[in-house]
Amino acid sequence: MQRYRDAINKIQGIAEKIYNDFKNAEIPYITLPTRTKSNIVFSEKHSVWKYGKNLSKRTAKTLDGAYMLLRTMYTIEFIKQMIENKKSSTLREMYYISEGWNLAKFNSQQESDSLAEDLEVITGCLREDFKLRPEEDGARVIGNIVIEEITRTGVKRKIHCQDDVGDAGYSIPYNVEPEKITFKKHDADFVLAVETGGMFDRLVENGFDEKSRAILVHLKGQPARSTRRLLKRLNGELGLPVLVFTDCDPWSYRIFASVAYGAIKTAHISEYLATPAAQFLGVTPSDIVNYKLPTDELTNEDINALKSELSDPRFQDEFWKGEIKLQLQLGKKSEQQALAKYGLDYVTDTYLPEKLSEMGIIK
Amino acid sequence: MANPIALKLAQKQKEISVAEFFERNKHILGFGNPTRAIITSVKEGVDNSLDACEEAGILPDIVVEIKDEDGGEKNEYKIIVEDNGPGIVKKQIPNVFGRLLYGSRFHAIKQSRGQQGIGVSAVVLYGQLTTGKPTRVISKIDEKMPAYVYEIGVNTHNNTPEIISQDIMHWEKPSGTRIEINIIGDYVRGKRFVYEYLQSTSIVNPHAQITFVTPEGEKHVFERTAEILPRPSMEIKPHPYGIELGTLMKMAKSTKCRKLSAFLKTEFSSMGERTTNAVCKEVGLDKNINPKMLTREQLLNLLKAFKKVKIMSPPTNCLSPIGETLIRRSLKHETQEISPEFIVTTSRPPSVFSGNPFQVEAGIVYGGNLPKDTPVKILRFANRVPLLYQQGDCVSTAAISSIDWRRYGLEQKGGKGIPVGPAIFLVHVASTHVPFTSESKEAVADIPEIENEIKLAFRECARKMQRHLTKKAKRAKTREKFDLITKILPELARKTSLILNKPVPPLDEVITKIMDVVWIEDSVEYTKKPLSQIVKSNGQTILYEKSKGYVTTSKITIVNYKHKPLTFNLYALKPKEGAIINTNPKPVEIKDYYLKWKIENIKPTERLELSFEMTNLAKEDFEENDLYIENINPEYVIGAEKWEGE
Repeated sequence: MQRYRDAINKIQGIAEKIYNDFKNAEIPYITLPTRTKSNIVFSEKHSVWKYGKNLSKRTAKTLDGAYMLLRTMYTIEFIKQMIENKKSSTLREMYYISEGWNLAKFNSQQESDSLAEDLEVITGCLREDFKLRPEEDGARVIGNIVIEEITRTGVKRKIHCQDDVGDAGYSIPYNVEPEKITFKKHDADFVLAVETGGMFDRLVENGFDEKSRAILVHLKGQPARSTRRLLKRLNGELGLPVLVFTDCDPWSYRIFASVAYGAIKTAHISEYLATPAAQFLGVTPSDIVNYKLPTDELTNEDINALKSELSDPRFQDEFWKGEIKLQLQLGKKSEQQALAKYGLDYVTDTYLPEKLSEMGIIK
Repeated sequence: MANPIALKLAQKQKEISVAEFFERNKHILGFGNPTRAIITSVKEGVDNSLDACEEAGILPDIVVEIKDEDGGEKNEYKIIVEDNGPGIVKKQIPNVFGRLLYGSRFHAIKQSRGQQGIGVSAVVLYGQLTTGKPTRVISKIDEKMPAYVYEIGVNTHNNTPEIISQDIMHWEKPSGTRIEINIIGDYVRGKRFVYEYLQSTSIVNPHAQITFVTPEGEKHVFERTAEILPRPSMEIKPHPYGIELGTLMKMAKSTKCRKLSAFLKTEFSSMGERTTNAVCKEVGLDKNINPKMLTREQLLNLLKAFKKVKIMSPPTNCLSPIGETLIRRSLKHETQEISPEFIVTTSRPPSVFSGNPFQVEAGIVYGGNLPKDTPVKILRFANRVPLLYQQGDCVSTAAISSIDWRRYGLEQKGGKGIPVGPAIFLVHVASTHVPFTSESKEAVADIPEIENEIKLAFRECARKMQRHLTKKAKRAKTREKFDLITKILPELARKTSLILNKPVPPLDEVITKIMDVVWIEDSVEYTKKPLSQIVKSNGQTILYEKSKGYVTTSKITIVNYKHKPLTFNLYALKPKEGAIINTNPKPVEIKDYYLKWKIENIKPTERLELSFEMTNLAKEDFEENDLYIENINPEYVIGAEKWEGE
């Protein structure tokens, strides 16, 4: 396939750069955009946050740099072999395969995952082009929508995400591109993306998807690429508003940011993953006050994370600045499930309807 | 005035017996409490034995045994000290053990242990006073003679020996002395101190083998680590700067010289023709005057004149320091179970205070299992005798406390006081006259010259220590670079070529660019070699014996990773004791403390191997090279420091 031939050419280009450095008696190096929050800029064109112009140099002059280059070469060879042999592997498998790479073996899967992202950043390809895929992470969907999936046996199967699934819902596959799934029919007013499994199950048990005409998507913490991509497609193709419902702490705001603005780690493909129209529903620090929610003290890590968000370009609007400052002032955090203070139905009968109407989603 | 009061007082005045004097002053004599009594008893016995062996040129082999005599009921213990010394002639045995302040060492101006205590007879008296039992002495002076056995006490009325019994017996030893003294003491509390005392003694007397048998029957052997006796210390004449009026008067009275000039020249240190004339002129005395005729006033003026004239320092070669290598070796031996990271030692050149030569040595044991959060342990010694008490009053404590140890990897509040950290400090003051703060002789007095020398010694140690610490950090860093160029980079080139199916490119230039330094690496090895191999090249059998057949080989590798050919000098430090038996290539200079090579025109990526072999060192006496470079920018070099001159 052309797509894979391109990928091979592009990653071979990296090897050639290194080879030529050696041949020209230069210290080998590669450059790539700096992947930190200091180097993300807002793209007017896509309304998402992308990497800026800052470049980092990986040079063989330092031991760490040389190790990185060596690992890069091994990874390139591995990808090349997979494409040639028509195989694919999970990121985790690649990490384990690197056990046999001697000096070039990764110290943690985080390192190998991050290198796969580096290659995406350098080549402009997606890791799927490299025959690398993540684990299924089991995030799920429940709501009045019919999804057609082409299964591994090539059969087209229509799945109604209420009638055809159990209480656990439809499990999101790692590939949610149109070649794999398409939306056939739906009857809902909005998408509610929920951080925790506990809250997702509560909403399901209370029949919130039916009562409030919602498509519920479980984020399962920091959402996987496929979950974010699915949200973007639901928003873009079906025109459904996307609302994000999380705990009230700095880590949850980052979940929202990666859904709405693009994550720092994957800023090279933000326009492909992020849903700029997504809105944050709660739980907000103001909710802690307004709903008198049970709270925990902010830890030092929480406080540092909040302060770091104040300098994160993605959180520079009035809403976020106000909420974060309020939270720092309160010194408290809370959870979605703290709403149970007022009874198990409170979230579906009172909290969500109030918030949704405040936001103009329901009348 | 019918009855002068003096008459009345005279009735009360009577001679105090030695026993009474002892009883009243036992605290200053080291018998202040039952714990001290045990330690002092052992100490007097061991000091005696060490001195006797050394004077006779015998490597001391001393056994100390403490026996519980009554099951701990009244705390009666038998202290036994046995040596392999020359023995004591029959006639002298009673005097040595049964008479206080009897001895040959008291008056001599030389470095000796004898300055430390009152003498072994004090222990005999203490035993007698506390248990009522005499001391048993066995001594043998020659293989062909029998051993004499005495039971001796002290007649406390007139300080004369009292012989309870005497006999002869067969004794396996060719010669030696054994004493058995029963005393009342607190062994349970003293136990730790006895052990520490013997261990410390062993550290500063590496030529001695000391065995300790406890009442419980445990046997500790503090092994000999040096097979040579220390250089004997020599007796010197008093130096004019250090003399007191009383001594001067006594000397003037008893001299055999008939002329003042001869008296000054022959009975004092450092008095030559010129200084003698200068002194006579200063005091305004005829140099031909008979010294016996001098009045007290005239002698007092003479004393003042001494101070006004510049007189050369006394000879300092009379001292017998332990030496850097031996201190290091015995510290290493005694700290084996701590497995310290390194040991540094320093021997200062001799110096002088008030006409008394003295010399300071210091050592630092660092790291290993030593506790990191307690003050460093200080081992203090004077003339090879451990000082166990009164650390706070000792000039060495003041000297150590005044150094800011914080930059040497130790903690110290406000940069003052005894530092905290994983280290043991050792300080040894050797002198013909160690100035103690008091009669108990446990702390060296606050003499500015001595304090200064101790400071200098520890500063030197601290610098060596810092060198080790920075070297350690640097080595970790350079190790990384080395991995980079020897492993990672070649693999990177190989893999890249493989992916592209192209030939592997040459790496030399890239490596040179990455390194951009001169790389120096070194190692030290120890190999046993047969005598013939060493003697052939050197002819000194004795050196071979001292190193127990070990040859210490130091290897140095230099690689030029700079772009241009380079020429510079390389210095490798060596211990003074290390006798060079082989070098390759030949250095341009071999000095007591270093070797110097001229590295000429070493080309980019060229590799050069240097080595030198030493004998006269035990295994691990020399553990690490200290390398220095000259005539090259030190920033270009990894593995050696800038040579700052000798």
